[in-house]
Formats: sequence, structure tokens, C-alpha cells
Amino acid sequence: MELIGNLVLQGVQMLVVLALAPGLTGLIVKVKARLMRRRGPSILQPYRDLARLMRKDVVLADNASWLFRAAPYMIFSATWVAAALVPTFAIGLQFSWTADLIALVALLGSARFFLALASLDVGTSFGGLGASREMMIGAIAEPAMLLAVFTVALIAGSTQLSNVVAFMSSGEMGIRVSMGMALIALIIVAIAENARIPVDNPATHLELTMVHEAMVLEYSGRHLAMIELAAALKLLLYVALIGCLAAPWGIAPADAGPAGFVTGFLFFLAKLAAGGTLLAIFETSVAKMRVFRIPDFLGVGLMLGLLGTLLLFVSRSL
Amino acid sequence: MIAFAVCSVLCLLGLSLAAIGMRDIRAASAIVYGASGVLCAGLVVVGLRVLATQADAESMRVPVGLPWLGAHLQIDALAAVFLVLLGTGGAAASLYAIGYGRHEHAPLRVLPFYPGFLGAMTLVVLAADAFTFLLSWEVMSLLSWAMVLTHHREEETRSAAYLYLVMASLGTMMLLLAFGLMAGAAGGYEFAAMREAERSPGVAALVLGLMMVGAGSKAGLVPLHVWLPVAHPAAPSHVSALMSGVMTKVAVYGFVRVAFDLLDPVVWWMSVPVIVAGAGTAVMGILFANVDADAKRILAYSTIENIGVIFAALGLALAFRANGMDVLAALALTAGLIHAMNHMLFKSLLFMVAGAVLTATGRQDLDALGGLIHRMPKTALLALVGVTAIAALPPLNGFVSEWLLFQAVLQSPNLTQPGLQFLVPAAGGLLALAAALAAACFVRFFGVIFLGRPRTNMARDAAETDRWSLAAMAGLALLCVLAGVVPGLLIDLIAPAIDLVLGARMPAQADNAWFTLVPVAEVQSSYSGFLVMVFVAISGGAAAAAVYRFSSRRTRRAPAWDCGFPDADPITQYGAGSFAQPIRRVMAPMIAARETVIMPPPGDMGPARHSVVTEDLAWTRLYLPLSALVGLAATRLNALQFLTIRRYLALVFASLILLLTGLTIWN
Amino acid sequence: MDGYAFDIAHLLSGSLVLVSFMMIYQDRIYALLNTFAMQAVVLALAVAWQAFIQGAPHLYATAAIALVFKAMIVPWALHRMVARMGIQRQVETVTGVVPTMLAGMGLVALSILLMLQLTAAAESALAREDLAFALSVILLGMLMMVTRRNAVTQVVGFMSLENGLILAAAGAQGMPLVVEISVAFSVLIAMIVIGVFLFRIRERFDSVDVETMGEFRGDRP
Repeated sequence: MELIGNLVLQGVQMLVVLALAPGLTGLIVKVKARLMRRRGPSILQPYRDLARLMRKDVVLADNASWLFRAAPYMIFSATWVAAALVPTFAIGLQFSWTADLIALVALLGSARFFLALASLDVGTSFGGLGASREMMIGAIAEPAMLLAVFTVALIAGSTQLSNVVAFMSSGEMGIRVSMGMALIALIIVAIAENARIPVDNPATHLELTMVHEAMVLEYSGRHLAMIELAAALKLLLYVALIGCLAAPWGIAPADAGPAGFVTGFLFFLAKLAAGGTLLAIFETSVAKMRVFRIPDFLGVGLMLGLLGTLLLFVSRSL
Repeated sequence: MIAFAVCSVLCLLGLSLAAIGMRDIRAASAIVYGASGVLCAGLVVVGLRVLATQADAESMRVPVGLPWLGAHLQIDALAAVFLVLLGTGGAAASLYAIGYGRHEHAPLRVLPFYPGFLGAMTLVVLAADAFTFLLSWEVMSLLSWAMVLTHHREEETRSAAYLYLVMASLGTMMLLLAFGLMAGAAGGYEFAAMREAERSPGVAALVLGLMMVGAGSKAGLVPLHVWLPVAHPAAPSHVSALMSGVMTKVAVYGFVRVAFDLLDPVVWWMSVPVIVAGAGTAVMGILFANVDADAKRILAYSTIENIGVIFAALGLALAFRANGMDVLAALALTAGLIHAMNHMLFKSLLFMVAGAVLTATGRQDLDALGGLIHRMPKTALLALVGVTAIAALPPLNGFVSEWLLFQAVLQSPNLTQPGLQFLVPAAGGLLALAAALAAACFVRFFGVIFLGRPRTNMARDAAETDRWSLAAMAGLALLCVLAGVVPGLLIDLIAPAIDLVLGARMPAQADNAWFTLVPVAEVQSSYSGFLVMVFVAISGGAAAAAVYRFSSRRTRRAPAWDCGFPDADPITQYGAGSFAQPIRRVMAPMIAARETVIMPPPGDMGPARHSVVTEDLAWTRLYLPLSALVGLAATRLNALQFLTIRRYLALVFASLILLLTGLTIWN
Repeated sequence: MDGYAFDIAHLLSGSLVLVSFMMIYQDRIYALLNTFAMQAVVLALAVAWQAFIQGAPHLYATAAIALVFKAMIVPWALHRMVARMGIQRQVETVTGVVPTMLAGMGLVALSILLMLQLTAAAESALAREDLAFALSVILLGMLMMVTRRNAVTQVVGFMSLENGLILAAAGAQGMPLVVEISVAFSVLIAMIVIGVFLFRIRERFDSVDVETMGEFRGDRP
């Protein structure tokens, strides 16, 4: 009986992230539009876009292989599983110990791997351009993220997200410089990985600087919908991850009752809204970088992650 | 057990001799490869039995070799682990070669050497005294050298083989010195005697350094790696698979045997060069793999990377052990050995894929291939498993060992020495960088070979490879998946070997629910490849089902969109060079990459040219000056060839006096 | 309470190191000056916090000097000078950003290692780390002076070096003359700034005329 309850809770978590993800994207678009004194589309527009894409036919390139058709589902499922492992409204869910933070990074790496492969499949120059740049960005962003994860794990004494969040919210930690460094590194990685300004521009097409959009250029219909949904999920994952590390308030423990879960959910909504708004403000206030300036930007994340880890290694021996 | 293993070795060596006489037999290669495969499978069984029964070490003394020493052979848990590794790799390569070997123009250039090579590697693992070890090591080197020379009519192959021979001699010499030092003045050449001997930290450090050069040059540690990316690809593909997948592991075995079993617990600072060399090798190897354009050379460079990862793990284990943290040392050593095992699986698989592509198209440069997923669908699927595994992506096996290693890194703040406290996180960062670069490298590898449109007619007209090869690749791919999904079994299996050399082992993994890995304690970290796979499969399946149910199911085919550029030539696709460009530019200082663009002035009809040069700094800064120095010395010493007899006698006399003086001072 | 007092002091000195890294990252002079102003603000906060927890009112004076002089007047003056004299707005670097940052990491590691060994006798771990942070800021300032060609950036590097000194002085309890030192340094910096701009920049202008660049751009007459 208890197992069934836990399974239901885990299922609820998976549905919550899936349902909220397009809304977060919509919110960011909306806030950005308002900041530019436009009215902007409704927050629900991404849902409508997805529904529209689902209704449309798929147009496949003549030489697209099975990999091209299977990749959207692989990308989506890897991202979805990763997103479901991040604590949103509660911790200690049934399968939270399945994969730790390192495995979570690697799951996102799998999604990127298959997306890059799919973009090479049709054999167009845009696909290759996007894939090669994405892998370059990933090659620096992933170690930066892992080093930030190391820092967090060393502070909390665990790589299990549930345990980490439990530790963070227990108040034992105090204020730590290295934690701040890890958070900044995580934010830098999040911006790069989600193809946001200044690394990539999610709103542009037909521009030589684009990365993510160049990779999905050949996709259409339901396949494109899966990829868009996966991208939205990834954004939600990062906002939730940074949220539960920087502001671990209100997350319900595993044995909390329904009231606890509802509170946790409301807190989670507030964090998403705050994260989305901050991202929109940030994106409005900076300009897109040249492609070969990106390594410098990500290099900062890498350095901060390393610095944070170093500090912790040293202070352990004090 | 030992008798059975020795019989297998004798059969393999005998098979080598028999192969010479099979000139006129049409099925010679099928017989030789088939028999080698069966014998290798027997070795796997022997190794598994020793590990499963946790049997005590069995030894045997064969009265051959030096009269007072004989040849000591022993099979203990550590040897058994490597027997399993060797046998699996050998069996798969032999199975593959039954099909692949048919395409060889001159099978007799490989057949006599192949079983002997396998036998010599087995003997290295079984050896229990310095002479047997060194002799079989040298035979292993020479036989593999002979197979590197298979396509001896190509100039590149000859120079690669020459370089390999020089480096192998250097390595063996270092090993000779290392074993000489361990044996000491009394000459206890049996491993049992070496284990007991007392030696000062200085001697131990010297031995470890010599082992790093000796075993490291065979395994491919930077900067001793220069021969590997030219020699491994030059051999036929099944031999490349053996050299990269298995022979480098035999070198790892030599290092583990000496550093963990024969030497006394080392002092902490001796682990520093091992960690530095390992992490540096990992990054440099994969960087070169990222910019190379030859399929087999990419794989060889990636071997260098993986060897770096293994050595970093071994170094970490040494550091833990020097601090008396034996359980953590067991974690790091397990990570290293599991990675050795995993690397054997996926690297053999990928070399076989490269061989299949080579057979089907006749080309191994990436820019001549493309679109093979349509022509060779089965090979493509198996290759996809291989690249996913080697890119350290869950739920396959490459990720498991990578994850274990990161767990070991995360345990290392407990090390007390400040030097290690700075080194280990930096090494962790480098390893993470290497893993991410490996993903980029193998997207390029798979993408340029199998995806896109064919770049040449050879690629367009390729055909699927034969069944034997497919069976071998499928077996390895299956093992990759299994080792990723149920890694606990493998960890428990090699636990006796870890226990043997460290006196401690990781917590048993068999009792964990859902095949979860728990390296230290569940509050700290856990990972279940099985559940991740199930989850990804279920959520992907559910998503596909939902989409199938609710969406428009129609699919049309149309020309590629490509932002409105129709029917572009296949040459406009991203190829090996263009895909590497971003990483090459970002990492330019490390690989000395220089790009030059020659743009004709306006009005000139000449083509614009873009050329890229990368150089291996180890080669240009270390080896070329060194060889120039050797050349210079040789020219100078040439004069010694034209002396009178009296002067020759004087030289002999002088060296005798010098030696006697040295002996006097020494005593 | 005591734990939090230490934590916040620690956080502030850590942020100072972070801002030093941000200064190394900047490649435009105006952005660099703004980052420097931010460092001065962080320094003022750190010193003021020290004044609060040590109960040493004279440190408030140091904080105020940092805030007024370094966070406002000097950046403002430099801004004006850069604009007035038309100095190139790009920061000219000797090496790239990432190698410099790597070197910076090495310096931080070095200072931590050194400070932890020198102060092994001290009882408070965090105070020892604070000293290490101060030394890191000093070394990073020097690194910036070494790796940047432009005179303005060298002045900024020097001032950031001095920020590290003040941080160390303020953190060490019972250190006399902190206020005086900071005043003296401020005067010294003012002299340097004025000197540099009166003499060195003129020298630069004779050799490097930025206006001639206009011809290459083609968008000016």
C-alpha cells in the first residue's frame, strides 16, 4: 500500500514537471515582451504551439534514417527522467535514489548526444554547424557543471539530490563562499545549456550564430513538438535545481501529508515564477556574444566550480 | 585450473607454429581463428571459476628457462580478472576475424602471429617471476610488431612499426631495470621473494617511476604515447582491437601487479606523478581524437584517453592506500579495473566497426564516408551502442566506471596532504573535461561515418558486413549493455582481486535492490543503471504511445529543408575538419593548432585556401630533439668503428677498470 | 550568532576574491571600472562588518573612505578621463582571458596553501581562510597589473591589490593604524592616478593615435 502511494507521488512529480514546463517558457516570453513594452503572447501560447505541432504532418527529409525519427523520443525521455529526479515540491520520492546528481548531468549529456546525432542525420550544413557548436559548448559546460556538483556534494556530504536538499534546508550549513561560487557556476551553465542569451538566442532563425535552432531545423510536426517539450523540460529542470539549492525552503519531506505537498507545490510555483522572471530580466539586459567568446564565459563557470571545490578540499583539513 | 590455463597457452603457441604450415589449406584462417576463439573462451571460464570460487592462488613451476629459476606460473584473483578480460577480448576478436580475415590479401602475414600473441599475453598475466614476465612481455611486443607490419608495402606502416619497435624496446628496458631493482642484489627473481623483500622509499619510488615508463609506454601514457596512434591503426582491424582493447590492459596489469602487489605500501607523493600523468593523458588523448580525421586513429587516440582515466584511478588508489584508507583505495582501484574491462568491451567493438566500414568501403578517413546507416544498418546500430558506451552516457557501461571514479574523487578531501588536496580536484575537473570531450569526439565519429549523405561512391555502394563479424560485435555490444545495467555483478566478481592486493574490498553489491550501486553508503550516493534504463524506456514508450494516439500520424517525405538551400552537394555537409573546428579553436594552444587562410586579392580568380596544422607537442618538442641528439651522438661515435686493435683493447681495458672501480666504491 | 558573524565576514571576503576574478574577466575599460567600483563596495561592506563585530568604530572610517573614495570618486574620475582622452576602450591583454584565470586559480591555491601553513597555530579556521582570501586579492591585483598593457587597467589592478591589504588589516583584530594606512594609500593612489594621466598617457598618445584608426573603419570622413 505504501509502495503504491509512493509510486503515485513519483508519478505526480513526473506529471507536474511535464505540465509546468511549457508554462515556464511562456512566462519568460511574456515577461521579456512586457520589459520591451510589448504585450506579448499569452503565457499559454507554448501549450497551443505544442498542440498545433501535434496536429501537423511530419515532413521528413528524403534521406532521414530511423535514428532521426527515434531521436526525439530518446531526447524527450532522457530529459523527462532527469527532470523527474530533481526535487520540486517534495524530496525522498520513491526513485530519487535511482540516479544522483552526477547521473543527472550524464542523462542531460545523453539528450545532447542524441540531439547532435539527429542533427547530423539529414546531412545539411546547418545541422552540422549546430551540432559542432553544441558539442563545443557542452564540452566546457559539462565539466563546469560537474565541478559545481562536486562542490555541492562536498558541502552536503552526498550526491543524492534529496539528501542534499534535506541538508540545505536543515540550516546546518550557514553561509558558504564555495556554495555561492557553485551557484554562479550553475547559473552560467544553465544559461549556456538552455540556449539562452548571451550564449544562444532562442528566438532567432536563419542567423549564423544560432546553435540549438540550427540543430532542430529539419524537424517538424510531432517530432518537433517532442524536442520543444524536451527543451522546456530542461529549462524547468535547471530552474528547479538552482531553486532547490539556492532556496531550499518549502520543499516537503517524503512523509509530509497532503497539506505539506500542497505548500511545497505553491512554493515551487513561486520559485519557478521568480526564476523565470529573473532570467527574462537578465536576457533583456545583455547582448548575444560571438561564438568564440562563449568559451570565455563558460570558462568562468569552470573556474568558479574548480575554485569552490578547491576551497572545500582545503577547508576539510582545517 | 593453472594446468588448464597453461595448456591453453601451449595450444595457442602450438597453433602459431601449425599456422606456418597451413599455406595450402584454404580454410586456414577459419581453423586458426576458430581454435584461438575456443581457447580464449576457455581462458574466460578459467578466470571466472577462480573468481567465483574465490580459490586460493595456484602456482606451478615449469623447468624451462634459467636452470636455477625455472618458469614460475601462478593464477590468483588478480590474474584471473585479467584472464577474463583477455579471454573475452580474444574470443570476440577471433570470432570477428573468421569473417574479417577472409578479406586479407596475405593471411599468412597474420595467422602465425595471432595465436602466439594471445598466448604471450596470457603468459604475461600468469607469470610469477621476473624472467617469465619479461620474456613473455617481449614476445608479446614482437609478435604484435610483426602484425603491425602486415601491410608492409605502405611507407607509413613501416615507419609506424619502426617507431613501435623502438618504444617497445625502451619500455622493456625500463621494466628490466625495475625488476632488477626489486630483485635486489640477492637476485630474488620470483614474485614471492619480491613481495617479502624490504626496500627503502627511494628504491620503491624509482621502481614505480620505471614501471610508469615501462608499462606506460606500452599502455600509451602521454608523453610516451607517440607510437600508439600510428601503430594500432596500421594493423588489421581485429589485431587493432586486440592491441587497443587487450594489450594496453596487459600493461595496466603489469603496473597494478608491481605497484599494488609487489611493492610495499608506497609513500603518498609517489601517487602524484601517476595522477598527473593519468589526468593529463586523458585530456590530451581525447583532444587529439577530436581533431584527427582517420577513423582508426581516432579510436587509438581515444584509447590513450581511457588509459589516462585508468591510471588516474590507479593513482588515486595509491594515494588512499598511502594514507591507510584501504576501503577507499578499493573503490578507486575497482573503478580503474572496471574501466579497463569496459574499455576492452567498447574499444574492441568500435575497432571492429571501423574494420567493417573499411571492408565495406575501402576507406577509413572520415571525409570519404557518410550515410552508412542506410547501407549498413546492423553495423550502425551496434556502433551506436559502442559510441554511447564510450561517451560515458547512462545507462551503458562507460558511465558506470566514470561514475565510480568521480565517487572516489569526492571521497578524497579526507586525504591529509595539501599537495593531494589541490591535485585531486584539479584532476577531477580534467577527467570531467575528458568525458565531455569524448562525447563530442564520438558524435563526430558516428555522425560523419554513419549519418548524413555519402561523400564518395565507395560509401554510397557499401554493403553490410558478414555474419561472423556481426556476431562478434553484437556479443560485445550486449556485454556493454549488461555491464552498464547490472554493474554490481562485475564489481562483486572482481572483489577478490581487490581484496588480494589491498586487503579490503568495496561493499558487496549483490544484495542491493534493483541492481543499485552503492559504493560507500546509501546516504552518500547510489546509482541504478537498470532503473535508469527502465525509466527511460517506459517514459519514451509512454510518450511515443501518447503521441501515436493523439497526434496526426501522417508522415511525408520531401527534400531536406536546410533553410531553403536545395540539393546541395554532399561536400557541403559538415565533415571531420569542420565539425572539429570549434573545439580545435578553443583548445588551440594545447594541440598547437594553427589555421591559415590564403585569400586571393579581389579580382583574382584563384581559389581561397584554408589549411589547418596541428602538432603533437610531445613529438616536436621531445622526440625530434631527442632523436637529433641520438643522431649526433651516433655520428660522433662513428669514429670508434675505425680504431686499431690496440686501441680497441685499450677501450675494453678501460671499461673493465671503470667497472672495478665502481664496484669498489659501491661496496 | 557568532557563527553567523563569521559566516558573513567569510562570505564578504570570498566575494572580494570573486570580484577580483570578475575584473580579470572584463575586456572593456568601462565595465572594468564598474567592476572595480563594485569591489570597493564589497570591501566597504566587509570592513564595516568587521567594525560591527569587533566593536571598533575607527574601522567605520576606513569603510567610509573605501565607499566614498574608491567606489565613487576614483571610478568616476577614471571614467571621465577615459572618455575625455579617448583612450581605446578595449582592455589590451598580454595573454588570453582563460590562461590568466587559470594563473589566478594557481595564485589562489598558492595563497591558501601558504596562509594555512603560516597560521597553523591560530585557532579559528575561518579567520585563517580570510587571510588567505586577502592574500589572493593582493596577488590577483598584481596579476592584473602584469597581464594588462593599458595604464588605466594597471592603476585599477594596483587599487585592487590595495583592497586586499585593507581587507587583511581590517580582519586582523587589534591591528593598529588601519585607518591611517588606508588614508595614506588613498592619497598615494590619487598621486599615481594623477601622475599616470599627466605623464604616461601623454606619452602613449604621441605614439598611439587612436584617431588614425578612423581611416580604416571607413565610416568617418
